[in-house]
Amino acid sequence: MARIDVNHIRHSYLPNPQKDADFALREVHHTFEDGGAYALLGPSGCGKTTLLNIISGLLHPSHGQLLFNGRDVTGLSTQERNIAQVFQFPVIYDTMTVYDNLAFPLRNRGVPEADVDRKVRETLEMIDLASWAKKKARGLTADQKQKISLGRGLVRSDVNAILFDEPLTVIDPHMKWVLRSQLKQLHRRFGYTMVYVTHDQTEALTFADQVVVMYDGGIVQIGTPAELFERPRHTFVGYFIGSPGMNVMPVAIDGKTATLGSQRIELPGAPKAAGGAVELGIRPEYVRLGRDGMAVSISKVEDLGRHKVVRAKLEGRDIAAVIGEDETVPAEPKMRFDPAGINIYADSWRVEMGA
Amino acid sequence: MDKTWNNKAWFLVLPVLVLVAFTAVIPLMTVVNYSVQDTFGNNVFTWAGTEWFEELLSSSRFWEAMVRNLIFSFIILAIEVPLGIFIALNMPKKGWGVPMCLVLMSLPLLIPWNVVGTIWQVFGRNDIGLLGYYLNAIGIDYNYVQDPFDAWVTIIVMDVWHWTSLVVLLCYAGLVSIPDAFYQAAKIDGASRWAVFRYIQLPKMQRVLLIAVLLRFMDSFMIYTEPFVVTGGGPGNSTTFLSIDLVKTALGQFDLGPAAAMSLVYFLIILLLSWVFYTVMTNYDAER
Repeated sequence: MARIDVNHIRHSYLPNPQKDADFALREVHHTFEDGGAYALLGPSGCGKTTLLNIISGLLHPSHGQLLFNGRDVTGLSTQERNIAQVFQFPVIYDTMTVYDNLAFPLRNRGVPEADVDRKVRETLEMIDLASWAKKKARGLTADQKQKISLGRGLVRSDVNAILFDEPLTVIDPHMKWVLRSQLKQLHRRFGYTMVYVTHDQTEALTFADQVVVMYDGGIVQIGTPAELFERPRHTFVGYFIGSPGMNVMPVAIDGKTATLGSQRIELPGAPKAAGGAVELGIRPEYVRLGRDGMAVSISKVEDLGRHKVVRAKLEGRDIAAVIGEDETVPAEPKMRFDPAGINIYADSWRVEMGA
Repeated sequence: MDKTWNNKAWFLVLPVLVLVAFTAVIPLMTVVNYSVQDTFGNNVFTWAGTEWFEELLSSSRFWEAMVRNLIFSFIILAIEVPLGIFIALNMPKKGWGVPMCLVLMSLPLLIPWNVVGTIWQVFGRNDIGLLGYYLNAIGIDYNYVQDPFDAWVTIIVMDVWHWTSLVVLLCYAGLVSIPDAFYQAAKIDGASRWAVFRYIQLPKMQRVLLIAVLLRFMDSFMIYTEPFVVTGGGPGNSTTFLSIDLVKTALGQFDLGPAAAMSLVYFLIILLLSWVFYTVMTNYDAER
């Protein structure tokens, strides 16, 4: 297991990158702590897979340095880095049995056959495939194949980190939960450093202790699921996490009040130095509908079973609100924002509130 | 599952059935007819029974042609399949090299067979042919017209030149269907170049390889045009394969009865071998 330091890494797929836009990774500087479970979350094309492949050594960064436990591994090959990676589509060696698949990485490294046997049996127990050992790998289901991919990483005891590149994409929904909880268990029992790339927020939030949200080739926020939810550092995080995403609207700030059209909204404090384009962000969960507050018109109510999502218009802007399953929308609805859920953004970045 | 039976569908198949009847079934029946009769021309036929079949199966000429044919097929398979795999593995997977290689590879396949024969017939001549002239100029005694060994070498090289591309293209199609993740996973697992070939590339190529072997075997077993143009079956009978022998009997000697009997035996052999290949392939699939 290792601590992974990503030191000012930039990467471009072009031979001569000039502008920032030429870089798939603009600049990433972050430390993955030993034994941590991280999720890299972001939309397609944000650079998360690029970052993962740089850590695994399948790509070499244009600039910057990568350290495992303080040792520079930037120039080392994938084999020498000793990491495991699970890909989007299960990679198995068709013609081999489940047992031989797991033994493959060890045999390639010239491990004595007695040790191979012991390690493979241990790993088969860990991934719950012991009774399948002698079966041909090609007959298995997608989730079993994905477990074999994982197992080929686990079988090497000295592996530095386990990387996952959207590993549950081809797995049936009901198996996703099972696999994800098995991953969590493995992490808790053996303390692997795990980095998990996904564009599915549920996967990221349930798997990871720390979620790294990426956007447009850079990291926009690193935090626990709760932090990402309560205090998105960037409006993108607000949109991207949560369903529906955060309501963001341009406002004018004056001390402890924000003005939206003809409406005045009380803030929990005075935002510090809110220059540039100022926006107010509030999650639908903190929007209240009742008989007092700002007048709104309702466009649609979506009943999701556990709760209802109300789509409303406030000063001509679309606002989503989440209300309880038993609540009803009043006849002349008014809207209030719970001050606890209000965040203020200047040029898309969150600004702190003063007293 | 419920199936809807609709007899109108037969009308759609009918044109093909009629066409196949005229081009294949009726000629085949004519051949069967000839194989049990004797004729001296003038459309006069007499019953011969199984005479031609007995004569054929006991004739050394037939068995020699058959053995020659089997050796030929075996040699060209042993060269073309490994060579085809080797070339396919080394072809570029992306970039401008891909269309260029594909076009170069397809070229020999686009040339009509008798033209291929003519090319090599001229190419190998030791008076005006590039190959023949310079081989002799550097002291190698090469003359495919007189030396059976040289004739064989010429025909085999010609067939390899002509048909290896087919194996290459089939294998290449199998190779490009392998996702990058497999190679990346192999790197992570520390697999050697040989292990990548043995456990990733070869299994993915297995099915197209079976098709390639089947096509090349059938085709080489029926080879006629190219050796006929280059050597005409000679020197002596050294490159007389089954099909050349058949044409010699039927058209050269106008022995319609024996030629028909030979055609049928030849046809049955190919049918049998096709069945063997088909069975092997479907069993392989069932195993999956």
